Amino acid sequence: MIEKTVAELSVALASGDISSVELTQTYLDRIAELNTELNAFITVCDESALDQARAADAARANGEAGALLGIPMAHKDIFCTQGISTTCGSRMLQNFVSPYDATVVERFKAAGAVTLGKTNMDEFAMGSSNENSFFGPVRNPWDTNRVPGGSSGGSAAAVAAGLCAMATGTDTGGSIRQPASFCGITGFKPSYGRVSRWGMIAFASSLDQAGTLCQSAEDAALMMNVMAGLDSKDSTSIDRDVEDYTATLDDSLDGLKIGIPRQHFAQGLNAEVEQAIRDALKEYEKLGASIREIDLPNNHLSVSAYYVVAPAEASANLSRYDGVRYGYRCENPLDLEDMYKRSRSEGFGDEVKRRIMVGTYALSAGYYDAYYRKAQKIRRLIKNDFDAAFEEVDIIVGPTSPHTAFELGAKSDPVAMYLEDIYTIAVNLAGLPAISIPGGMVNGLPIGMHLVGSDFAEARVLNIAHQFQQQTDWHCHKPAAFRQEG
Amino acid sequence: MAFDKSEVEKIAHLARLHISDSEADEVTARIGDILGLIDQMQSVDTDGVEPLAHPLDVVQRLREDVITEKDQRQDLQTLAPNSQDGLYLVPKVLE
Repeated sequence: MIEKTVAELSVALASGDISSVELTQTYLDRIAELNTELNAFITVCDESALDQARAADAARANGEAGALLGIPMAHKDIFCTQGISTTCGSRMLQNFVSPYDATVVERFKAAGAVTLGKTNMDEFAMGSSNENSFFGPVRNPWDTNRVPGGSSGGSAAAVAAGLCAMATGTDTGGSIRQPASFCGITGFKPSYGRVSRWGMIAFASSLDQAGTLCQSAEDAALMMNVMAGLDSKDSTSIDRDVEDYTATLDDSLDGLKIGIPRQHFAQGLNAEVEQAIRDALKEYEKLGASIREIDLPNNHLSVSAYYVVAPAEASANLSRYDGVRYGYRCENPLDLEDMYKRSRSEGFGDEVKRRIMVGTYALSAGYYDAYYRKAQKIRRLIKNDFDAAFEEVDIIVGPTSPHTAFELGAKSDPVAMYLEDIYTIAVNLAGLPAISIPGGMVNGLPIGMHLVGSDFAEARVLNIAHQFQQQTDWHCHKPAAFRQEG
Repeated sequence: MAFDKSEVEKIAHLARLHISDSEADEVTARIGDILGLIDQMQSVDTDGVEPLAHPLDVVQRLREDVITEKDQRQDLQTLAPNSQDGLYLVPKVLE
């Protein structure tokens, strides 16, 4: 059963081949057996998961249906879950139990999905390897000496290892797509504003977007049908009709115009990864697509601009952690200032503190124009590059990451880690929808292919990804060590 | 732009963070590296470019000025490290 996609499990549940309780128990048993090695889950909810599974089975017996009814899933530990702890990978929130559900969580609950637990992540979603978690690193199921990517590393590893059928993630600069690439799964980031951010712990509010980690584009479409939509609780949630994302999956790609950015096939890209992506692109030609080179001339500035915008917004968002209303408070504070400073210094990890300080510096008196305003201007240039490209092509395709998953501890220098997101980060600055799908293998490790669509072209991106997955079986490759059916 | 230890102390204070003496050199060096990366932006002429604050070109939605949230005061206060009689307690500010 664990080999099956969400779409296939949905059929098995509907036909009565398996119950949600049986399926949920299968995943819980796998988590109990394998999580010690992978550290993909921070919290596992055995009892409430089985309660939800029983409720899903009862609802089905009463005639209810729905693609996700009874499907066991995991939520990244950045989404608030009522009654279940939400740590955001931080000591600061180690004991935090939210009094409400995030809108995303509420929507999956309403669809009858079962919550198996909360997945590990880089602290406050700041990282590209999942090594910045207070709860320890997650390991990549393809090779446990390697990182799963980040920040949604726990969700990616859990899906890849068959510890859940699907998982949520968040993507501020590549945090869904890069771990999906490293773990050989499908990771989709919708357009900014398509999915509610309410109850999703804030990192950089003009960049953060919730999305999906699962085994196929079809599964991502099923998840998006539940997640997407206007939410009055999120003022940046977009008031725009939600399509049925499964309806256009089978549309023909005949005549599709694919752009491949010269800047994404330049220095720094591993030669074997490049070859694999170029081979994968040939599949699209077979489907009737044409491929042309395009330019994103300001792409090389995206990491620099991002590391002003994201830390600046983070420094403001994370000022709420003051040891007063919730979260960690230091022992025996001398006075109020000592309480603020020591609570924050002891509660936050090194990377979070670095980014708060970079953001504080960029926003401080005398530096605003040189940093924050400059970064916003670069952001405009980056957005203009994409707008110009989409005048010429329908979709932009390239590698998700310059290489395959690296070893734990290999990138101790923060700047080297930041450059991991060189192909993904511009997409967040421009707010576009993008997906990473398995596009090949190098030395036994998966490679992600990155597809970027124009504003709110979610359905088109999923259609183009799905068509590739109908032609190829890269998305069906699994890490053998974690895929023995028990 | 030069970035030294005194700058780190100032920024840490503004951010209400405490950086110990033993960490200060390392933190200064790391942040200096990050600012080096950021400074690549300065190589581009952006005169006349309109800053982009946000990817969505929309105006803020307005709603009726009515109470829509339920009262969760008790639930929220149980999360606090220290509260009493509906108030959040912090170390004494005035003697």
